[in-house]
Amino acid sequence: MSVSTHADLRFHPLRDSVTMLRRNLRRMLRYPSMTVMLVGMPVVFLLLFVYVFGGTLGAGLGSGAGGSTAGGGAAGAGTRAAYANYVAPAIILMTVAATVQGTAISIAMDLTEGIIARFRTMHIARVSVLTGHVLGSMIQAAVSLAVVIGVALVVGFRPTAGPVGWLGAVGLLAAVTFALVWLAVALGQVSESVETASNLPMPLILLPFLGSGFVPTDSMPAGLRWFAEYQPFTPIIESLRGLLMGTPLGNDGWIALGWCAVVALGGYLWSRRLFNRESR
Amino acid sequence: MTTNQIAVTGLRKSFGEQVVLDGVDLRVPEGTVFSLLGANGAGKTTTVRILSTLLAADAGEVRVAGHDLAREPDAVRAAIGVTGQFSAVDKLLTGAENLRLMTDLHHLARDEGRRRAARLLDRFDLTGAAGKPASTYSGGMLRRLDLAMTLVGDPRVIFLDEPTTGLDPRSRRDVWQIVRELVAGGVTIFLTTQYLAEADELADRIAVLDHGRVVAEGTPEELKRRIPGGHVRLRFADPAGLDAAVRVLDRATRDTDALTLRVPGDGSLRSLRALIGRLDDGGVEVDELSVHTPDLDDVFLTLTGGPNDTLAGGPTDTRTGQPTDRKVTTR
Repeated sequence: MSVSTHADLRFHPLRDSVTMLRRNLRRMLRYPSMTVMLVGMPVVFLLLFVYVFGGTLGAGLGSGAGGSTAGGGAAGAGTRAAYANYVAPAIILMTVAATVQGTAISIAMDLTEGIIARFRTMHIARVSVLTGHVLGSMIQAAVSLAVVIGVALVVGFRPTAGPVGWLGAVGLLAAVTFALVWLAVALGQVSESVETASNLPMPLILLPFLGSGFVPTDSMPAGLRWFAEYQPFTPIIESLRGLLMGTPLGNDGWIALGWCAVVALGGYLWSRRLFNRESR
Repeated sequence: MTTNQIAVTGLRKSFGEQVVLDGVDLRVPEGTVFSLLGANGAGKTTTVRILSTLLAADAGEVRVAGHDLAREPDAVRAAIGVTGQFSAVDKLLTGAENLRLMTDLHHLARDEGRRRAARLLDRFDLTGAAGKPASTYSGGMLRRLDLAMTLVGDPRVIFLDEPTTGLDPRSRRDVWQIVRELVAGGVTIFLTTQYLAEADELADRIAVLDHGRVVAEGTPEELKRRIPGGHVRLRFADPAGLDAAVRVLDRATRDTDALTLRVPGDGSLRSLRALIGRLDDGGVEVDELSVHTPDLDDVFLTLTGGPNDTLAGGPTDTRTGQPTDRKVTTR
């Protein structure tokens, strides 16, 4: 039995991360019901808001929301189209939030299965356990976003963005996903059970409602409006709207990226601390 | 046999107020099986978690595979393998994929990884199930896969934390066989168990852990010699018989539920004759009589202070007489 007693003690974070990513992608394929659920929810919300609430909510949008209120047609059809344009960015963001809910769940599942304990006793780049999840979730988010945006286009979402606008939107979504995934990695670790892990990220899914995601904030009562205007999701949604619909961005773009940086860094540091914490 | 692969001095660990390890010293020579024996909550799992770098000790010096645990945890991790009480396999992956995950994490080349995975599947009798998800495996198969994954890195020191808990007798024997093969190959095994037969079967040396202290250490034979003698076990047909026997015999331990009585004695003809004489004089009807030479159960019960329920939890501290509840959840 030949053994390398002078084992090479260098770390290979990149190689280990790719190994962990491969594991996570396999797990997603083996457990497709979760992926389907995570994509299904924003799609259902999209259909609900466009076809059930769209006619009425669209009428309340007022000026400057979508612009393309092509006159005539049946009552509600025009306003519904306008609302589809208004709500699509919020639904797109909700897709990201749903994906990271999945991240928290799979992290918590890992911890209950004891395989993380095995990884911890192995000579591997520890962070790869987490980066594997982060990369896997980024890929899952990209797939989900493609599906949701596709459905949105089918039900009447008509973005006016050119290639630069789309590129900006993709970049912003990548930044938002990256930030929220790191936050979810921490949330998955603080959860004592898989159930908790699926509940903790819920506020991320609700926050677009308490912002400019579904209705303009100026229709809200004063206190709520103040919250809605300053919470991080509002500048993110406004930036996405600006990039996709060609409306002016203002400061929202920078504020959105600032929030992403803060959440990503905070989520990363929190996750790392939780992962290096010794006993559970 | 001169180098110690594990050397522990003055190991202490508390969780809050609760002292789990209270100054533990251990030495495990290379190529031997060392068994840490103890009831639930005695501190076995905590010891393994500390020695395998999962948990930091409060005090004490630990060297594993020649490396200081506190200063060179990475070098320790590169030398050890751990199979815990709870299976550490990815249940959504197949057996083969789990092994390939390990070969990838050990940075083996693709071909070498595939070969090693195939070899381990074969050795652990999992080739037939290699393509099935681990979630479909039986308890014994999961444990074998778990062990196989531990062996991918050719560890020099292996920690097995209650490796056969919950396994059927056949699977237990399979695990024992694997342990013997590993030791024959020069690997050092640190085994915790609550099964005395397992320690007796496998271990070169045994330490009995009780309430965070090592109360005895030695070879199985040495430990058995520490107990003065065996006992005679008497079984009765009814409680009345048991009561009658208790009246004529002193120094007997009764088990009312099983209708049995343990009478200390060396099992010699002379002592048996004396015992039977007393029973006859008292007119006691005995259903069954059996002579027991000391086994590790006796050692364990004597050392950890008495009645059977020490194994089940809710033990009484033998040194202070204080009732204690030392059940520790470390996960």
